[in-house]
Amino acid sequence: MRRSWWKILSIALLCYTIIAGFLGGVPAKPILNETIRNLYFHVAMWFAMMIFFLVSLIYSIKYLRGGKLKNDFYAAEFANTGILFTILGLVTGAVWANYTWGKPWSNDIKQIGAAISLLIYLAYLVLRNAVTDLDKRARVAAVYNVFAFFMLIPTLWIIPRLVESLHPGGMGNPAFNTKDIDSRMRIIFWFGAVPGWTLLGLWMTSLRIRMRFIEEKQLSNG
Amino acid sequence: MKSVRQIIALFKKDLLLEIRQQYSFYGIILYVAATIFVLYLAMGNPEADVWNGLFWIMQLFICVNAVAKSFLQESRGRMLYFYSIAGARDFILAKLLFNTLLMAVMSLVSWLLFVLLLGNPIQNPFRFVAIAVFGGFGISLVFTFLSAISARAQQNAAMMAILGFPLIVPQVLLLMKLSTVAFSDVLQTGLTQMILLLAALNILVIALSIILFPFLWKD
Repeated sequence: MRRSWWKILSIALLCYTIIAGFLGGVPAKPILNETIRNLYFHVAMWFAMMIFFLVSLIYSIKYLRGGKLKNDFYAAEFANTGILFTILGLVTGAVWANYTWGKPWSNDIKQIGAAISLLIYLAYLVLRNAVTDLDKRARVAAVYNVFAFFMLIPTLWIIPRLVESLHPGGMGNPAFNTKDIDSRMRIIFWFGAVPGWTLLGLWMTSLRIRMRFIEEKQLSNG
Repeated sequence: MKSVRQIIALFKKDLLLEIRQQYSFYGIILYVAATIFVLYLAMGNPEADVWNGLFWIMQLFICVNAVAKSFLQESRGRMLYFYSIAGARDFILAKLLFNTLLMAVMSLVSWLLFVLLLGNPIQNPFRFVAIAVFGGFGISLVFTFLSAISARAQQNAAMMAILGFPLIVPQVLLLMKLSTVAFSDVLQTGLTQMILLLAALNILVIALSIILFPFLWKD
């Protein structure tokens, strides 16, 4: 019970997000209408994705500094979870865009950025599977992970601010700006959705890591 | 001072290899010519924006093929020899230097062939050549480092393309946008911003290569 408090917290936060998200008050905006509730799902996915890719980067750097194989497994699994959230973010975004912009994909710069990050991390998985030797795989994958993350920063953080986009908040810092979001929604978003989805992703990652350790143990015993 | 000398020595060695084994240099030129000829048969004389798009996609494929061998050609034994006589950082810097030079030559060759075969929609050739060489510089930096990764993973040029194309997309998009200034005499806004961003990206790639290459190098 003591060690699983955050799992319970994650479920509670997600219940709160879903119930309050669908029933709570939202500002009535033209075009957006009730689809504005997708903010709790779509935008929260990107926060979770960025957090998981960042954690994956940290474990890759840790591997390069220390050389412990454990850190490489962590990096790979956090990247996996990040990929899942990227796909979910793209899908929830496509559904939302279908209702507000008229079609699911309109080559918006942020859609392109999301697709690029998906391709980069899928390439990371391909690279991992291409090398059989464990130590060599860990080193090559860690180097690529660090390189790719830093190449991704301009794609996701600088270029979208330079060109026009259908997304709101093109100028300045979208989502961090207090004027961009209704105060009722801000509470649900920051205290419910973002930590809730992130903790759920963390839970999934910890299960996958444990599974992987058991697999490794069986391999080395049998 | 010592590392500058070593970089120059390693650079000279690559240059000398290229001059002595000319088949690979001419091989790439032939690859460029054959691909542009196929493009000509498929497209004829395309419009300016199609021309521009084809040119930059072509640069990507040329770069993968020209840069791929920089690490893939080095055998295990020879790598060990370099390891014992030179530092990892000098080695990657020499490779970056050599590949950017090679890519600059290839950019010029492909520009000439494009003008020859696919027509010339460019209004301002000086601007275009400058952008092409500058763009080739950035692309070759990224692919040089990726060729080191895929050589370490004992993979071929296909792995380089898988790893590299998503990484290079933002750069190529910026370059395509930037090179539109060569197709008309109108200068668009945000030009210096784009150039600065591309230059910053190049510095980032060089810095990352210097930091990360030593980890790839040791066994």
